Order: sequence, then structure tokens, then C-alpha cells
Amino acid sequence: MSEPGGRYVPVPDADSAAFWEGARRGEVALWRCGACDHRQLFPPQRCRACGSAALEVLVSRGAGSVYSYTVVRRAPSPAWADRVPYVVALVELDEGVRLLSNVVGCPVDEVSIGMPVRADFERLTEDVVLPVFRPA
Amino acid sequence: MGEASAAIVGVGETAVGKLAGSTSLALYAEAVVSAATDAGLAVGEIECLVTSNSRVAPYLYHAETVAEYLGIEPTMCLTAGTGGATSLSMLRHALALVRDGACANAVVAAADNLATGLGRDATVESMAAIGHPVFEAPYGVFIPALYALAARRYLSVYGVGPEAVAAAPVADRRHAALHPGAQYREPLTVDDVLASKPVADPLHLLECAPISDGGCALVVGGPAAVERCPHRPVEVLGYGESHPHEHVSQAGELVPTGAVESGRLAYRQAGLRPGDVDVVYAYDAFGFLQCVQLEDLGFCGPGEGADLVASGATSPGGRLPVNTHGGVLSHSHAGKPSALFMVAEAVHQLRGGCGPRQVPGATTALVHAEGGILASHTTLLLGVGRSLPASGPASRGGTGVAA
Repeated sequence: MSEPGGRYVPVPDADSAAFWEGARRGEVALWRCGACDHRQLFPPQRCRACGSAALEVLVSRGAGSVYSYTVVRRAPSPAWADRVPYVVALVELDEGVRLLSNVVGCPVDEVSIGMPVRADFERLTEDVVLPVFRPA
Repeated sequence: MGEASAAIVGVGETAVGKLAGSTSLALYAEAVVSAATDAGLAVGEIECLVTSNSRVAPYLYHAETVAEYLGIEPTMCLTAGTGGATSLSMLRHALALVRDGACANAVVAAADNLATGLGRDATVESMAAIGHPVFEAPYGVFIPALYALAARRYLSVYGVGPEAVAAAPVADRRHAALHPGAQYREPLTVDDVLASKPVADPLHLLECAPISDGGCALVVGGPAAVERCPHRPVEVLGYGESHPHEHVSQAGELVPTGAVESGRLAYRQAGLRPGDVDVVYAYDAFGFLQCVQLEDLGFCGPGEGADLVASGATSPGGRLPVNTHGGVLSHSHAGKPSALFMVAEAVHQLRGGCGPRQVPGATTALVHAEGGILASHTTLLLGVGRSLPASGPASRGGTGVAA
């Protein structure tokens, strides 16, 4: 749940456990279908493309490019006021899965569609690490 | 009566804007009573009530709460939600119930007081709740930022600049200037839009939905209600829905949108084409959406929406008026009521009762709404003068006759 005045803290559950465990290890964990090769972030037990249960964790190489992005200039809550302006982006991982995250490590006006990025990791709490992206 | 065994027979609208002392329930009641009166029905004759929950003061069982507040006991109650598209989807469900004979009439209503009940900051903060709790919410997202991802993609894919899509809020404002009920009616220019506060690039404040109080209700009636209706009954000629994703991070290509599919279904059901439409309502919670929807619904080619709007074709007096009430951007945005306000205005146009802003000879209207972040798409085609007589029994001699 969220803490008033603080950032939203995601609550891991069975569906997202592998993702959060991966993030704590500095990995972006995806699911790959053994039947049809489809890749997805969720769910862990059923392929959304073909319905198969033959899913296994696929650790992403962490490389991708910016599919789209925005520079947030008006903080949505007091918790984000200090970070404005910041970038929210849709990153297309090389494995064919799209991830929403922040792009950090460069001036906000230098982010562009198609820009190569690589995953990095930001600790939010003792238990929660978030994947973020930097220019590659 | 042929294919049309049901029609929209009543419309009720509250004032919109900052309505001090309002509550969501009071706005609901006002809209419902107004719609029933417009249909020539007593409130106690409402047999089905369809509502969507308030963001300000949610109730566990909402339609039932509204019924209780009104002192009525409808046979059927339904509370629904699919974001901004909710109201059109609710209308389609209500239509099915009436056509089926499950009820003689159904009222579809939405009302909220985001402006005075939540205020700006709380409304903005509540907009963050829409993000996926694992894969979006942790990254400082809120509705404008998530839509900005689509806006940026649209501008990039088609090589269109922010100044081009700024034509949409400007055109909406021209229409609002003619609509006495619209919240924002002062003239607006492209420069004004681009100079307004940046929210989430490429979106500026004046191309993002306002925050309003307001409520709207429609009455769908069966044969007996149509017979009693003092106005021209408005038929639903076609309807389509699509749900390509829920969370924007799960979307395929961001543009074109699911409006292509919902539009295709609606046109096919109605046996109509874009060229048959006299007036359009495009759910522009963000200005660029109007451009995208005009393309996706077949009024121009991909990437041409901004040019179409900038040409003046969609402004008052143009060949294809869009959002004659001012659109979401200038009429109001109390959340779910916005789509109903579009239908209400379409009904007024098709009844011929819009006076100075009347689209001459309008007999066919398209209303499109979307919900979530490009997630749920609903397209509605409305018409008069088909299966049902163009004049209701009590409107002989009528008011505001379209040319």
C-alpha cells in the first residue's frame, strides 16, 4: 500500500514474486512459453498467446530501446515533487517485452524514441528494488 | 415499429463547473429527475437504473444508493465501470434490457463533483491509481503521463508537431462559445495552449481535461415510452466496443487505437459509413485524442487528424462539426459523465433543438468514448427519422426544427 506523503510501494504477490526476486538480484525476470516462445511479464502460470502452462523464467539481458516516453513536469503527488522533471518511458526489451519504467542518468530533454537503454536497479525499500533504465 | 423497439427518449443535465455545496448523489438526483421529466415519465416509473460509482464519495452498492436517495424502487439496478467509456457501455446494456422487454425504460446516469468534492490536487493524485500496481504505479505515473506516452508516439509516428494537435482544444472552445452550459467559453488560441503549463511532455494544461462537477442522465424507453415521449425519439443505429488491453504497458502499437475496431463494429451494425455522419463527438480528455479518433473512425487518413481539425472543417459551420458542446476539454470533465454529456448533445442536435449551434439537417451522429489509457473503446451511432417517426406524437409543431 502507499505511505501518505511517501512513494507508492508495490506489494509483491504470487503473480509478481519472480519479478521482484529477480529485481533484488539485479535482473529483469520475464516468462517465456516453452510451447510457442511468447514472452510476457505475467501471469506466471499461463501463456497469454497460446494458453500453455509450459512457462519458464527468462532473465532479460537488460537491453532495449525507448518505444515512447514523457517528461513529467507536474508532480502527481507530493512524493514525486523533488524528482520533477523526470522521465516515464515504455522500454522495448530485446526479448520482445515492453516495460514501463523511469529513464535516469541523462538530462530529461535528451531522451528520444529509439534511444538504446540498459536496465539498472533502484532500491525503494529493504524488500523492493525497481528496474530503471539508463542510456546504453 | 420495425427494428427500433427502443430509443433515447429523455435527457437530463445539471450545470457543470465548480458547483459549491454539491454532492455526487445530489447531482445524480438532479440529472435523473431532469431526464425523467424530459421523457414525460414520473421518477417513480423508472424500472431500471444504471449508474457508475463516484470517485469523490464511493458507495459499495452505488445504483441502489442512488435509487434510495431518489425514493424509488426500480426493478433492476446496475453499477458499472469501464473508465471514461463507461457511460456508452452502460447505455448499450440498458438498451438490451429494454429491447428484451425486461423493463419498459432504463435510466443511465453519471454524476460527480470532482472540482468541489476532491479538488485539483486530490483529483490528480487519484489519477495515479489507474496504473498497474506492479508494473506502472511505482514509477510516478498518473493519467496525463500515461496518455503522454501515446501522444509522443503519435507525434513521432506521423511527424506531427505539438502545435498541430493544439488545434483540437481551440476548435472545442469555438463550439463551447456557442453552448450556454459549457464550463470554458473564452476564446482560445494555439499559442495559448502551447504557453500553458507543461504537465507531461508533450501535453500542456490547456490540452488536458479540466476537473469539473456535473451530472447527466439519459432515458432509454421501449414502445410505450416512445409513444409518450414529447420529443423526437433518437435511435441507436449501431454500437461497437473493443478492449485491446487494460494497462498501457501491455498495449500493442499505441496508435492506431482500439477505436478502429469499435468503429468498424458500429458502422457495420448500422450499415453506415463515415460519410453518412453529420456530427461527431470525440472523447478528447486530451486534445490529441480527438485527432487520433477522427482518423481511427475513418473521417480522414492516418496522421491527418490534426490537419482536418486545423482546416476548420470540424469547427462551427464546418462540413463535419466535432464536439458541438465544447468537447471534454471545454464543456466539462467530471469523469464518467463526460461521455453522457456527448450523447446528450448529440440527442439535442438530432432533435433539432440547438438553436444558434444547430448543425443544419443533422440526422446521424457518431459518439465515441474511451476508457482507461486507450483501453476500452465504445462507438455509438445515433439517428432520427429511420424506423421511428421523425417527430414524436407530442412534437408536432416542434421546436428548433433543423433546416
